[in-house]
Amino acid sequence: MEYDVIVIGGGPAGMAAALKAQENGAARVLILERETFLGGILMQCIHTGFGLHYFKEELSGPEFAHRFIEKIEANPAIEVKLDTMVLDVQPGESHQVIAVNKADGLMQLNAKAIVLAMGCRERPRGALNIAGARPAGVLSAGTAQKYVNMDGYLPGREVVILGSGDIGLIMARRMTFEGAKVKMVCELMPYSGGLTRNIVQCLNDFDIPLKLSTTVIDIHGSDRVTGVTIAQVDDNRRPIPGTEEHVPCDLLLLSVGLIPENELSRAAGVQIDPITGGAQVNEACETEIPGIFACGNVLHVHDLVDYVALEAEVAGTAAAQYCKTSSNTNGDYINTQGENGVRYVVPQRVNKRAQQPVSLYFRVGQVYADATVQVRAGDTVLASERRARITPGEMEHLVVNPEQLAGIEELIVEVVV
Amino acid sequence: MYDIAIIGAGVVGALTARELSRYDLRVVLLDRLNDVGAGTTRANSAIVHAGFDAPTGSLKAKYNVAGTAAMPALCELLHVPYQNTGSLVLAFDEADRNTLNDLKTRGEQNGVPGLEILEGEALFAKEPNANPTCTGALWAPTAGIVCPYELAIAGAECAASNGVEFLREFAVKAIDFTDEQFTLRADDEREICAKIVINAAGVHADEIARMIGDDSFSITPVKGEYLLLDKTQQGVVNTVVFQCPSPMGKGVLVSPTVHGNVLVGPNAEQVDDRFSLTTTAAALQEVQQAAKRSLPDYQVRDTITSFAGLRARCDRHDFVIEPSAVNARFIHAGGIESPGLSAAPAIAAALAEMAVSNAPAKPSWNPSRAKPIRVHELDHEEYAALVKEQPAYGRIICRCETISEGEILHAIHSPAGARDVDGIKRRTRSGMGRCQGGFCGTKLLEIIAHELDMPMEDVTKSGGNSQVLLGRTK
Repeated sequence: MEYDVIVIGGGPAGMAAALKAQENGAARVLILERETFLGGILMQCIHTGFGLHYFKEELSGPEFAHRFIEKIEANPAIEVKLDTMVLDVQPGESHQVIAVNKADGLMQLNAKAIVLAMGCRERPRGALNIAGARPAGVLSAGTAQKYVNMDGYLPGREVVILGSGDIGLIMARRMTFEGAKVKMVCELMPYSGGLTRNIVQCLNDFDIPLKLSTTVIDIHGSDRVTGVTIAQVDDNRRPIPGTEEHVPCDLLLLSVGLIPENELSRAAGVQIDPITGGAQVNEACETEIPGIFACGNVLHVHDLVDYVALEAEVAGTAAAQYCKTSSNTNGDYINTQGENGVRYVVPQRVNKRAQQPVSLYFRVGQVYADATVQVRAGDTVLASERRARITPGEMEHLVVNPEQLAGIEELIVEVVV
Repeated sequence: MYDIAIIGAGVVGALTARELSRYDLRVVLLDRLNDVGAGTTRANSAIVHAGFDAPTGSLKAKYNVAGTAAMPALCELLHVPYQNTGSLVLAFDEADRNTLNDLKTRGEQNGVPGLEILEGEALFAKEPNANPTCTGALWAPTAGIVCPYELAIAGAECAASNGVEFLREFAVKAIDFTDEQFTLRADDEREICAKIVINAAGVHADEIARMIGDDSFSITPVKGEYLLLDKTQQGVVNTVVFQCPSPMGKGVLVSPTVHGNVLVGPNAEQVDDRFSLTTTAAALQEVQQAAKRSLPDYQVRDTITSFAGLRARCDRHDFVIEPSAVNARFIHAGGIESPGLSAAPAIAAALAEMAVSNAPAKPSWNPSRAKPIRVHELDHEEYAALVKEQPAYGRIICRCETISEGEILHAIHSPAGARDVDGIKRRTRSGMGRCQGGFCGTKLLEIIAHELDMPMEDVTKSGGNSQVLLGRTK
């Protein structure tokens, strides 16, 4: 079975990419989704705050998703296979995807272009190596969110949250709504990893303390968690002796970072950026393997689904284009580079003959107040914006126009204090 | 009335149950936990030792060498992953070199075949990432790696399919005996009677012995902590790499696992609490550092989990495998610390021989168990055919390890099957990968609740009061 475009993942990135690919001429598009529904993680994000940039209105996660789901269901050129796991992606003249589900069995599918949109997963306890017992009652915030919002179960009544990522902040409020007592959110860093609006709306409004430069150093309980030991950390993030405090609780939620889910990409030979954990791509979201694109949280972790959708539309458009021409813009590239406080830049390279304005997405490594972010080539500043505050928890972006790319060798993105 | 009761369903208890299941006897296997192999068996180095460590003439030496010799065939029969990797003991200085010579001599006296001292190229050919300052190593070709809890599970499954009963969460708190029988009372007041008792209670074996007035040995738990690394570290080590042993144990090792991960550990710390499996930041740090000495370039940041296990250290400094002096129908398998896993097949055979005289063998005895299907091991053709026949194998539940719903259903419904999340994890590896159950955890709960016809809130992580959910939302 030969498709024009196979999209792996039916979350917001996959759906937006599929729609744009079809709109731009891909005749046969297939979405492969491992859950039994489209929408991805948005479906358990029943809070609002989605769509402000993309739809210019405030929606809940499922509402945002449904705007895409309805279009996909109404589009006969887009086929969807749910409850389907992709096992392997093999690049080639025609790319091959091996997938399996109960109804179709094991499938070998072919496509001219593939869009990787598998999203990300949460860092588990083991990755942090928190010492202590291993009782029930230690969950990632997203898992708890699924139990509460999708399944209707309460995973705990007295909660400590480690990590102030957005999911952790959202779950602090959600568990409070369910009658649980959220005792505190501990954050290892001296600043929160989440959006400012979530700190205000999810913690401050409910008098939930945010303890910065604080971590969990021990977990107690044999069958079920009975408490944790927290401690303040020094500038090197080492616990400070004497600051230990025992906090009774029956649930420890972890919101300690997200990891792009790139097992399939790696196995397919896609080059991964060690900082983003996602593919290295050009301005069209194309990886170094022609015809394989990546977008959304599998490419780099976003804070806002609006930018996931916009990025995915770039990928979908480019995938459709690739189907027509079987070659893209491969050739002369300008590398992008983060400097002076900028940890990474996506895309990692920009074609010198890019036709459209290029969005450069990036994150900083620390908090800045009243600083400028800019794109520079040599001594020439190509784009620059003043910010009252820049934090690692909020992705930034600047736009460079195609005519600015002539004759330059490198795009530097940096913070100027 | 049972003919034989086995207290403790660790690898020794489970393999003993299997040995006994060949006879026409009523046998019961008890454990205080909710599963087979959920104590020390689930948290150890997973090594099949060659047998050069234990003093010549000790029971440890005898059963280690015999058990290690029996292991490959047993694992094949029971479809348990085993690899004959060989092992190296690294030497860094003159004192270490002397130790290697001593170990080699002792090993040869113990009957360990093929021991050899390697230097230079020969050593680094075996283990290219070994510390370059290493001056020599003892190579033991018969050493290997095995999945210890799968071995116990397979043994119990085989035993159960041959008629052995398995009682979970039966924590023996008192034992009465007469000339004919023992009465074992659990802490929830359940009672069973048996003519013969085998005490394979791990770190609790001395407590069980004292219940019949036998205080001939005592056990001190010695905790060991481990790090498990992601499969991304696969290939960083090919063999079981030890450092020279100290009085506290064999030291920190780095080893591949049969599932393609890398295991680092353990430290050794004497503890009082026989139940606590807590890890400490200091010990994990110690283990990380010590392992760097063997393999300077392994990546600590690829740790996916850490855990602790308890060694049942006995004051006799050897295994206790004998009928009790108080009552000869009460047979001990005490002090089963390292090399207990390696020795387990031989210990099981010895215990069965002590327990059974002149019992008729069952002609129907099946020494094997049903081979569990692992979809990730199948080629495309085989997998396609399987899903056509049994669609449940086409639904992938654990994405990290590629585990299907069919495998999980099998784990629940096989003899002595899984009853909790950890039980499924040990049988199928669902949740064992780098996301540690983040994706499959919620689905496992649903499947367990559905298959065992229980409310979601009652499903536990590992029996007891380890429920994952505390109730419904408002």
